[in-house]
This record gives sequence, structure tokens and C-alpha cells, in this order.
Amino acid sequence: MTRTIATLLALGLLIAGRSPSGAAELEAPLPNSDNPAEFPPAAAPGFGEALWEILTLKNYNTRLVILSTSLMGAACGLIGGFLLLRKRSLMGDTLSHATLPGICLAFMFMVALGGNGKNLSGLLLGASLTGLLGCASVLVIRQLTRLKDDAAMGIVLSVFYGLGIVLLSIIQGLPQASAAGLQSFLYGKVASIIFADFIVIALVTVASIVGCVFLYKEFRMLCFDEVFAATQGWPVHLLDIVMLTLVAAVTVVGLQAVGLILVIAFLITPAAAARFWTHHLGAMLAIGALIGSLSGWLGTVLSSLFPRLPAGAVIVLTAAFFFLISMLFGPAKGVSIRLIRHRKLKRKIAKQHLLRAAYEWLEIHDAGQKPEPADNRTIPLESLLKARSWTPRSLQRQLRSAYNHALLERYDSTGLVLSEAGFRQAARATRNHRLWELYLIENAAIAPSHVDRDADTVEHILGEALTRELVKLLPARQSASLDAVPGSPHPLKRNDD
Amino acid sequence: MTELTWQTGDTWIVATGVVCAMACALIGNFLVLRRMSMMSDTISHAVLPGLAITFIVTESRAVVPMFVGAVLAGILTTVLTQWINRFGQVERGAVMGIVFTTFFAAGLLLIEQAGDRVDLDPKCVLFGALELTALDRINLSLGPYEITAPRALIVLSFALILNLLFVAVCYKELRISSFDPELATTLGFNAQIMHYLLMVLVAVTAVAAFEAVGSILVIAMLIVPGATAYLLTDRLGVMIAASMAIAAFCAASGHLATVVLPQWLPIKSVSTSGMMATLAGLVFLVTALFAPRHGVIARRRTKLKRKPWNSERKNSFPFDEKRTCA
Repeated sequence: MTRTIATLLALGLLIAGRSPSGAAELEAPLPNSDNPAEFPPAAAPGFGEALWEILTLKNYNTRLVILSTSLMGAACGLIGGFLLLRKRSLMGDTLSHATLPGICLAFMFMVALGGNGKNLSGLLLGASLTGLLGCASVLVIRQLTRLKDDAAMGIVLSVFYGLGIVLLSIIQGLPQASAAGLQSFLYGKVASIIFADFIVIALVTVASIVGCVFLYKEFRMLCFDEVFAATQGWPVHLLDIVMLTLVAAVTVVGLQAVGLILVIAFLITPAAAARFWTHHLGAMLAIGALIGSLSGWLGTVLSSLFPRLPAGAVIVLTAAFFFLISMLFGPAKGVSIRLIRHRKLKRKIAKQHLLRAAYEWLEIHDAGQKPEPADNRTIPLESLLKARSWTPRSLQRQLRSAYNHALLERYDSTGLVLSEAGFRQAARATRNHRLWELYLIENAAIAPSHVDRDADTVEHILGEALTRELVKLLPARQSASLDAVPGSPHPLKRNDD
Repeated sequence: MTELTWQTGDTWIVATGVVCAMACALIGNFLVLRRMSMMSDTISHAVLPGLAITFIVTESRAVVPMFVGAVLAGILTTVLTQWINRFGQVERGAVMGIVFTTFFAAGLLLIEQAGDRVDLDPKCVLFGALELTALDRINLSLGPYEITAPRALIVLSFALILNLLFVAVCYKELRISSFDPELATTLGFNAQIMHYLLMVLVAVTAVAAFEAVGSILVIAMLIVPGATAYLLTDRLGVMIAASMAIAAFCAASGHLATVVLPQWLPIKSVSTSGMMATLAGLVFLVTALFAPRHGVIARRRTKLKRKPWNSERKNSFPFDEKRTCA
């Protein structure tokens, strides 16, 4: 995996650097550098041509920007997965807001040292320092006062941000430097990314991805069972700090693309979307990274195709669109798949209710004899209707569905006849019900007169293995064969009297 | 010390800041108590598209449509957060993050698209322009009196009065549903309705404060005074009063600092709203350290006292020989 990443990085650098006139374009003034919100590469002659130019990464600038945002998206989506599972999503928000004073302080520091103050590495270092300080403050407030997580995060987020605004207003009044570059951290400004910035971005993102890959096992432990990890002797606090540092690293890099207000979306939206697709952590992280880089790429392309589309906002909306799609149609936890499963289960339960009611009717009317499949007796619907709270219509619907599944020989508005398969299934459903009843009477000390309803909720999910287990636990059933239907432990009600 | 250069504008700024901080602090108490502080983050960001759409549709900054838009956006956020939390089975914090960023991004996009037609600056969204609100004055005739006051001040006073009315009328319900929602439900109050009402008022307050302090510093105004007061007292009434006093103090001294600081330090100007948030943070820090019962130092002391080897009552511990085993 590490090698793959290294190859990808090399490829990225190659693509970024292979511009025939790269050096010349580096010197060229950046398009619209005074407008933080827009990123059209140039006035495009035609829409189709512009689209082609962007998709083929012909323009050197476009190539840099798209590569940067995709890389950031991948790193954020990956590490955001851990943040999400650790239920620390809003901590990312606090962290990103707390970077503002750091950016300003780093700028002032660099200006004081005589630099130009806009060195990206320096700004990012300052940003991560105060960002981490903000996270630490949240933990300290939570630990030492009676305030809870939410208040601690709200306080740190807003106060650090307020401090940042104060520093920003001071910088704006400084005679020697213009703060125009700093403002871009608020809403992001991908268009201003130059090759040197790209190198920083690529290094940080790839380092965090590699860090995640190496610490995969440890982070997994931290996310799912922190206490167990601590008892096993893992340095939980150290790992926590390392994880937060990685989060801080990708956050401050992500600031470039979407700005410090919206970078939290870059962190959690792809990860939350990925959660709907799989139950496996590795797959989830990979899908999160994929969705993140796709949003970064698509968002940048869209914002460069149309005028007046700020790249940061478009990236966030793209990620939100992916989240919506995933939430609705994700195959592992999506809303529709869960709805379908729920309906299937409901249908199965209704079918088993119908079959058991029919079987019990046969039992009662065979006067103590075990019913046989060959009996072929017609079961009157009237007595079935009394067995459960069925309406005539819902019963008819059940009958039609059962008939379609070949469980009924025939049915009409007065009665039904079970088919051979239907009889077998009915016997099995009744057996599961009775076994569970016996188990509850024996092991949970529930009165036989009350056991029917309790068993009713569980019998439908008893599989083959669980049934065997049940039989083993019931000494009275040891001698009988597995398929034999035990007698009811409580008197059955005759519904046709 | 050099003399203070105080103008009428400064008085208006302080008045606006104080009213804004008090309106926010009042409603923020209940957010802190209900452990929903981050909901203020969500709502204050999420009202942006509501505002933007209202601006685009009405092409004015009329107060009533602005509030309607904000309230709708606030309710939509609350409902959406609950839905995704419930039906999508996503953790609450993550849902809040996703919803507010989506709304905020949509709002930004709308503002950019509308361009010059919208009198909303994306930068103003982030830190407000309390200094400029004093310039935008309107006339208000109350019976025989003619008042000329900044628009923001009037809007914020309206929000403050609304919040005061809400808290006064629903005090009992708010208290019960904040401390024990189950009990509130069994007693026949609808805790859910209180929740929505509170969220609507947070949205209204956030919109009113929007111009003055922007969408992020409003969180400081909402949460920090309430959280500070929470460390000072165990009584709800006292907490509300204390939080409003703290809010007013931070707002007033925040502006004072912006007037005074440029004279002491070689700086030109300081953002008033940022200074207010910073001072609120300082007040919180001092309170958290020195609060009489719940402060860090006081807690540390009680903890030490309670340890058996520091206690004078060492021998009266249940494990000594004087204890009889009956």
C-alpha cells in the first residue's frame, strides 16, 4: 500500500511538473488573484473547449489546483473516517476555527523577522500549533470544570476565532504588510496555489496518509474500544495526540481549498458518506478517501467552468451531494436498503403468523392427533381472522402472497388449504414458537399462560443453528427428533366457538 | 494615559454590543444547560441561505422577511439534523457538521451568484461590522417621541425583548424541560415543542446579531456568558442574571479596549466584535480558575480535603476499629 502511494505521489509530481512552459507560467500573474471566491482559469472561448481543457488538465494552473484539491480530499476523507468513528467530528470544527490566531501570529512573527510573512509552511505551522492548542483546551475544560464537551467546544471555537479576528484587524493596520493573503484562509482560495504550495500540500497529505496506514491497527483499536486498548498496554493518550496531529495537519492543508469555516465538511462529509457503503473499516476509509478526492476534483472543475462559483462552497456542496446519495442508496447502511430489509422481515413475520395460525387450527380440530400433510382439510377464514388482529383485507393479501409462494393448495373467501410445502413450513414455525416457549418457561421462569406473547417476538429470527442449540438446552426434547413439533405448553384457544 | 477619544458613535456601538450580548446570553443559558451548545454553531451558520434567499427575493433588508427567512432556515436545520440523525443513523455531531456546512456553502454560493444585488459581504458574514452599524441609523416614532437609533440596535432590542418575553412566559417549562425532559413529558409539557421554540429563538437571535458580530462570534455571545455563569452558581435565576451581566460587561469593556488599545500599542485599529469575544474568553478563563465552588482551584482544594490522609477526621472513617460489627 505504501508503495502504491509513493508511486501515485511520483506520478502526481510528474504530471504537475511536466508542463512544457511550466517555469514561464509560474511567473505569470495568477488569474483573479484579487478575488478570493472565483477560480476561472481565463475567459474561455467556448464552453465545450473549456470543459475539454479542464478535463484533460491541459492548463498548468488547472492541473496544479485539481491535483491539490483531490489530494486534500483524499487525505481529509481518510483521516475524517477515524474522527467520525471516534465521535469527535465537531472537534475538527473547533480545530479549524482555532487555526486563525495561529495563522495571524505566524504572519506577524515572520514579518517581525523581516520575511514577507506569506510563507505557506510557516503559516501552516502556526495554524497547526494553535489548532492543537484549541483541542487541548477543550480537553482541559472538559476535564477540570463541570462543563461538558459541547460547551467546551463552543467556547474554544468562538474565543479562539475572536482572538484571530482581533489579530487579523491588527495586521490589516500594519504599515509594512498587506493581509490580503491571510483572508484567503477564511473561505479558501485554490486559484492562488503555486508550485511551491503544491509541494507542501502534497508532502503533508501523503505523510498523513502514510501515517494512517502505518498506525491503522492502533487507530482502529482507539476508535472501537479505547478502554480495552488502554488495558492492553497501548499508549492511548499518545495515540490520541498523534491522531489529532494528523487531523490538524490535513485540516490546515485543507484550509487552502475550502477555508476554515467549511474545512470540517471536507473532513466528515466524505467519511460519513462512506459509512453507508460498508461495514469494514479499511473499505470505509478507502471509500471516504475516494469520495473526498472526487468532491475535490468535481468541485474544482465545476467552479472553473461557471462564473461566480466559489470553489470551496462548490466542493462542500459536491461532498454533500455524495452524502445524500450514499445515505439514500448505500448498500450497507443506506436508508433504502434498510427499508427493504425491514419490509422483507415484516412480510416474513406475517407469513409465519398465518402458517402457525393454520397449523394450530389443524391441531385443535384433529382432536389431539398430530396433523398430517395429507389431511388436506379446508381451514375456515373466520376462525383464522379471530386468531390475530387481521382485517379481512390484510388476510386476503397474506393469502394471495402465500399462494404465490406455493404455500397454499388453494384459497377463496371462505377458507384455505395448505400445500405440502406450506404444511412443512407451518410445522417448522410452530416448532420454533413452542421451543422458545418451553425455553422461556424453563429458563426464564415465565408463566405458561404468559409465554405466548413473549415467544411471538423472537420466534421469527430463530435459525437452524439456534434451534439445535435450543433443543440441547431442553432436556425434555432431547429424545425427540429435531423436526417433531412439541405440544403447546398452554391451552390453545378455539376461535370458531 | 492619553485622553479617551469617545464620540456619539462609540455610545451607539456600546449600546448595540450590550443589547446584542444580552439577547444572546439570555437564550444561550438554555443551550449550555441542555448540552446543545454546538447547535448554536449549526444554526448560526445555517441561517445564511435563509438570509440570502430573502435578500434576493425582496431585494431589501426589511426586518420582517429577514426574520421569516431565518426562522424557516433554523427550523429546517433542526428538523434535518434530527432526521438524518434518526433515519441515517449518523452520530449527532457529524450530522450537525454536515448540515451546517452544506447550508453555509449554499448561502455563500447564492450570495456570489446574486452578486451586487445582495447587500451582504461574505467577509462581513464572518466577523460582522459592529463599528459600521452605528452609521446606519433610522428614525423610529414611538408616539410623541422621535428616536434616531442605529438599525441594528433596534433590531437587536426587538430580539432581546422577544427572548425576555419567551423566558418570562415559559420559565417553568424551560426549566423542567432543560433539566429533566422525561419528567416534563410526564407532566404534560411537550419537551419537543420547547426544543423547537428554543431553536427558533436561537435562529432569530443569530440573525439579529448577524450584522453586528457575524455568524461565528455570535457563538461566543451565546455560549461563553452562560457557561461562565454556570460555573458560578447552582440556581437558574442567578445564572441567567449573572450571564447577562457578564455579557454586558464583556461587550462594553470590549469596545473600550478597541478605543484604548490603539493609543497604547503601535496598532491602527482592532475589531470590536473580535475583542468582545476575546474578553469573554478571558472572563471565562478567570472564572474557571477562581470560581468559588466549581472553579478549578476550589475543586482541587475540596478534593485534597476529602483525601483521608489530609483529613482531620481521619479516624472517623468507616474502616477504623471503632466501628462495631453488629
